[in-house]
Amino acid sequence: MKRAAFGHIGFPILLLIPQLAIIAIFFYWPAGYAIQSSFYLEDPFGFGSTFVGMENYTRLARSSNYMSSAWFTLIFTCLVTFFALAIALLLAVKADKVIRGARTYRTLLMWVYAIAPPVAGLIGVMLFDQSRGNITQLLGMMGIEFRLGVNYWDTATAMISVSIWKQIPVNFIFFLSGLQAIPRSVREAAMIDNRSGTRRFWDITFPLLAPTGFFLLIINITYSLFDTFGIVDTIVKGEPGNNPMTLVYRVFVDGFRGQDLGGSSAQSVVLMVLVLILTIVQFRFLERRIHYT
Amino acid sequence: MTLKTTLSLGLAAGLLAGAAAQAQTEIEFWHAMGGQLGETVNQLAEDFNASQDQYVLTPVFKGTYEETLTSAIAAFRAGEQPNIVQVFDAGAATVIGATGATIPVEQLMSDNGIDFDREDYISGVRNFYADADGQMIGMPFNSSTPIMYYNADALAEAGVEPPATWEEFAETTAPALLEAGYIPLAQSHLPWIFTENFFSRHNLQFATNDNGYTGVDTEILVNHPAIRAHFEALTEWQEAGYFEWYGTGWGDNQDPFEAGEVAMWLGSSGSFGGIADRVDFNFSAAMLPYWEAVTTEPTQTFIGGAALFAMSGFDEAENEATAAFFDFLDSVDAQVMWHTETGYVPITTAAYEATAEQGHYEEFPAAEVGVQQLQLPSGEWTRGYRMGFYVQIRDVMNREYGRILTGEATVDEAFAIIEEEANELLARFAQTQG
Repeated sequence: MKRAAFGHIGFPILLLIPQLAIIAIFFYWPAGYAIQSSFYLEDPFGFGSTFVGMENYTRLARSSNYMSSAWFTLIFTCLVTFFALAIALLLAVKADKVIRGARTYRTLLMWVYAIAPPVAGLIGVMLFDQSRGNITQLLGMMGIEFRLGVNYWDTATAMISVSIWKQIPVNFIFFLSGLQAIPRSVREAAMIDNRSGTRRFWDITFPLLAPTGFFLLIINITYSLFDTFGIVDTIVKGEPGNNPMTLVYRVFVDGFRGQDLGGSSAQSVVLMVLVLILTIVQFRFLERRIHYT
Repeated sequence: MTLKTTLSLGLAAGLLAGAAAQAQTEIEFWHAMGGQLGETVNQLAEDFNASQDQYVLTPVFKGTYEETLTSAIAAFRAGEQPNIVQVFDAGAATVIGATGATIPVEQLMSDNGIDFDREDYISGVRNFYADADGQMIGMPFNSSTPIMYYNADALAEAGVEPPATWEEFAETTAPALLEAGYIPLAQSHLPWIFTENFFSRHNLQFATNDNGYTGVDTEILVNHPAIRAHFEALTEWQEAGYFEWYGTGWGDNQDPFEAGEVAMWLGSSGSFGGIADRVDFNFSAAMLPYWEAVTTEPTQTFIGGAALFAMSGFDEAENEATAAFFDFLDSVDAQVMWHTETGYVPITTAAYEATAEQGHYEEFPAAEVGVQQLQLPSGEWTRGYRMGFYVQIRDVMNREYGRILTGEATVDEAFAIIEEEANELLARFAQTQG
């Protein structure tokens, strides 16, 4: 690769400034503000505030309810990430093999991508509705009573299913292009060496897909943690009651609805730290095992 | 005509138009009334703008109650607040606690030379948005109170009358309705109907400091034997098939009533219009039942819904416009229109009487129940309550009530948790005011 050379240090810095400014204004400044306000209890209108030190944090640690949200978020993230990736990979492998009508299949599978999370949530609410939902009725016929909004795990099931469904198209697009990027010669060589399709997939295709897979893993974890907000909000109808909720949704419930700025800030700082740890772990340990071509 | 004269004429016309526009004071009103209600709000604004030529009011829909309040707070902190903001019942302590963020409505009116007498207001309406001395801080706007709707056909089929007491419900009404093939009872919003108004209906103290009106170091007294007994009864009724709980969602509990599966539903007096549009059976409404074991003299409920607050930081002309709009809203015509269109209760006695004169209640007796219930005898603890972080306290209640009704917690456990967490939230709120 050809090296670009700059005569002065000033010019490259000048080029970087717009980007750095955006990061500073939209990330560091609010993050700093969140850290600061997590040590205070503040009147929403800004008329009074009290320094409470670590109290907002110790309160979270003591709250069994916060801990149960944390557990739920962990389970939720694992399930959504796993199934969204697994189903998308299966669909991509199948769609890759189709010759006739491939375009139609692909378009149909990608379609859902265009749906906004709250709309996806709303569709979920309609399908899983207590009395009128099609899925609820179907389950009822099978003798399963499904009660969205009443039963904790029923609500969780709806949240998880809708979140997976919403994320499959994105994963599908990436997996499909990843599959198509595998050189034909490699596939043909594998075909000669091994007749078993499953073995070929796990030995040849899957490792070659690893960079795509790693990228998607990070994207999907971030999606489950943060982007499912709209889905969670529509499914619990803005009032969680004793239904499950994710940590991000909790920040909203306490801060935005409840006006508890200090408590909510402490929660977002906790989330920030969690994401930081997660990123380090991913890049330190997981990425080493991935080979880029 | 030369080009020059055309230009100067045009300029003069422009200046004139500018001057005319400037003579009108423009004010903004942020509200949370979506859908049909939003259209009625727009109608009110148009009527106000047409009624005079000094002020122009622009209503802006800001989402849910919570979103509206949060937007207004953020706008206030940025110095961009609207002149008027609609704040719901649970947010009242936040906005009233922030002294200086709003101008008390009584003061606003007297500053602008408008007659204001709090005695004009229906008694259940008067106190909720007032301070400890009874001075009204917010102007009640869309006020509602919980009432009991019933499917008249179902009750006739079962051969029962709407119950006045919970004892009557358990012994007579519910078994008969169950026998007739109905789920006897459902309700929406447990914290509002079966907690806040439960305390008011039975004249029980809900919190220290005069239900929170006289100070911020308040403690909630929710862990009361009467309400624990009520929730024990609910779980028994649930077991017996007398009562069904469809989750925290308001509509989830209302839908089965409208579908004719549930015979009686406790909801808001403001739900009247919607039900009338949707159901194909005869329905009516009655007052909230009470426990004879707790009191033989049931008292009034208080209003929920929301009030309008005049935000501070504007010049005299704009405040005058706000006062003029409030005065318009209070007028009998505007109140009657709002009440009959939406089902929210009229806030003044005069508007109530005018609606009665029009014969509205003869046609829709159910529309009158809420107003009558608000005018029942009052008691020491029927003014309402004032507690900070109350949205979160309601969330705690909803969570624990959900646990009771799904069998995850006993009544005693749940109320102990509500008491503890609510008191912690109240203590934290007191700290924010420091």
